[in-house]
Amino acid sequence: MEFWVDPIKVIFEWLMLTLTGWGLSGELAVVIVDLLGIIALIMGAMLLDIMLVWVERKVVARFQGRLGPNRVGPWGLFQPFPDIIKLIIKEDTTPVGADKLVFNLAPILSLASVIFLWAVLPLASTIVGVDLNVGLLYLVAAGAIGTLSIIMAGWSSNNKYALLGAYRMVANMVSYEIPMVVALLIPTVLSGTMSLKGITLAQSNVWFVVLSPLGALLFLIAAIAELGRSPFDLNEGESEIVSGFHIEYSGMKFGLFYAGELLHAFTFGAFIGVMFFGGWQWPLPWGEKYALVGIFNVLAKGMFFYWVIMWIKYTVPRIRIDHMLAFNWKFLTPLAFVLLMVTAIVHALFMNMAPWLYTLAMFLANVLVGWVTLEILRSNARKQRVAVEAPQPVAQH
Amino acid sequence: MQNPWMYVGLFLLVGVVIPIAPILFSALIAPKKPNPIKQSTYECGIETVGESWVQFKAQYYVFALVFLVFDVETVFLFPWAMALNAQNPVVMPAFVAVEGIIFILILLAGLAFTWRKGMLEWV
Amino acid sequence: MDASQVIFILSAALILVSALLVVTVRNLIHAALWLIATLFGVAILYVLLEAGFLAVVQVVVYIGAIAIMFIFAVMLTRRDLLDKVPQTNENWPVALGVSALALVGIAFIVRGFVFSLDRIAAPLPENSLQMLGDALISPAAYVLPFEVASVLLLAAMIGAVYVAMNKK
Repeated sequence: MEFWVDPIKVIFEWLMLTLTGWGLSGELAVVIVDLLGIIALIMGAMLLDIMLVWVERKVVARFQGRLGPNRVGPWGLFQPFPDIIKLIIKEDTTPVGADKLVFNLAPILSLASVIFLWAVLPLASTIVGVDLNVGLLYLVAAGAIGTLSIIMAGWSSNNKYALLGAYRMVANMVSYEIPMVVALLIPTVLSGTMSLKGITLAQSNVWFVVLSPLGALLFLIAAIAELGRSPFDLNEGESEIVSGFHIEYSGMKFGLFYAGELLHAFTFGAFIGVMFFGGWQWPLPWGEKYALVGIFNVLAKGMFFYWVIMWIKYTVPRIRIDHMLAFNWKFLTPLAFVLLMVTAIVHALFMNMAPWLYTLAMFLANVLVGWVTLEILRSNARKQRVAVEAPQPVAQH
Repeated sequence: MQNPWMYVGLFLLVGVVIPIAPILFSALIAPKKPNPIKQSTYECGIETVGESWVQFKAQYYVFALVFLVFDVETVFLFPWAMALNAQNPVVMPAFVAVEGIIFILILLAGLAFTWRKGMLEWV
Repeated sequence: MDASQVIFILSAALILVSALLVVTVRNLIHAALWLIATLFGVAILYVLLEAGFLAVVQVVVYIGAIAIMFIFAVMLTRRDLLDKVPQTNENWPVALGVSALALVGIAFIVRGFVFSLDRIAAPLPENSLQMLGDALISPAAYVLPFEVASVLLLAAMIGAVYVAMNKK
């Protein structure tokens, strides 16, 4: 019975006993068991990644009114495996004038930066790689490595399109990172901790999406931008710069970029679930006690938000670079900071009152901020419409 | 429990090694038949003209600098956000909130200044 | 030697070697990438000193923003300017003198210090981040520097805008 409550802990203790029984010192045994756990976790993530290829292809097909892969295995479920075999046996070309070391390092860092995120993802109350007390900043730091890898890829390819992709990546980064960090500050204000486990536990009564729906929305938008997915996929821009930064990559190196992108989207979906939707605690009610149910809950939320991100990707066309910068600096950043200030003051005033009053105040404050934002946008749009529709001076003949 | 950062270090090591594996595997079994045409820079079938290191608008370097300032600022805000929830607060929570708000407002004034000077326009 | 000493020696070697490469490598982008390696090594040192928050901030701000700005600035320059100009200008003897002086000064300051690999950082209390936050906001401690930091950042922003305006 104990096994089903928390299989990982049982296995961990069994391994520790076996290893120390072989005469290893306790510290070394911990390192070895940790290493095994890490490899298992990353391999699990990679397997999930392989299945995400199928999910992505099937869902996009549905959005576009096609069938998608349906030949290899039931519902085309085994489609990713031929894909991988094909990628592996493809010839790997390096363009002339490429900077070999940087060129080869970039795809590795790109996937690694996504894998790093799994170190702090709390899958269940007892199953979390490591519960860092600076978990949220760790998230941003791993994102920085990802950005760096894309810039490295774009620069080292010795290709104009790839270089343009790298420039656009910088534009992308300066646009999303501030709103994203501010959106991360909101759960920190609400829970008083930066540890992702602490944030999940703080949501046992009420999800943060209820306390701060605008914060969740801001984080979703910023996450899509960080992922470089449509409408913020400027650094790829298939129709303009022919997939940009990874234009010169072929074979498995391209495969790593692709795998990184899919897993990144899923992982961020899971983080949205953890930070705003209660993590392992819902929708199945036994997540707190049974580790496997908790894992199912987190992955189910991850899949749902992955689907939302895909839904947005295949619905919205790509944004123009000047629009993106304006959208960020004139709209998202001010809004995020205003929301943070309002959240902080409401939190400080109502934190010692009844929980229902606190929840109500927080929710109403968000609604108020959202409403004022919409009013400002509306009046601005009206002004612009008047300017456009004003009679133009007629040319004199 | 051991130091969590040791776990992070191990994780970073394994996380870098695992992506290397498929590349090495592919390098072992994939064919290698390079030729000059295959390795030329891809430019939609057109011969590459001039340097591939092209110039780009320097104008949005300003965005990058403003971004940098805000990035440093957010680092200060994380400890502030945690102090807001202190178990035995040194000062009143409302006062803490106001301190942070002043901090943010000063920087938003900078953003407003940049905006007014037209530096947020993509010319 | 225990594990933390090995890690310290490795990361110190990483810092020194990559810092040397930053100033000697001809290719500016490579120099910036080596700079990132240096900064990452410093982050490892922070971890060894039990300053996890500082380590993550090091990665977020220095690698995630400043180093990327460096690479970006180099990419915005012309390539033909990079490889032909000499690596030092005529002021290099002065710079050498100043750095030698700094080295002597540091040696003077740390002359009484016992260097030993046994020195391990004292473990931090569990709620160190909370304490940092409390220190930043309490009037008895650092609330004034906290607000002044904001003004400093404001000045930096205005400076950036001013420089960009002058170019036009």
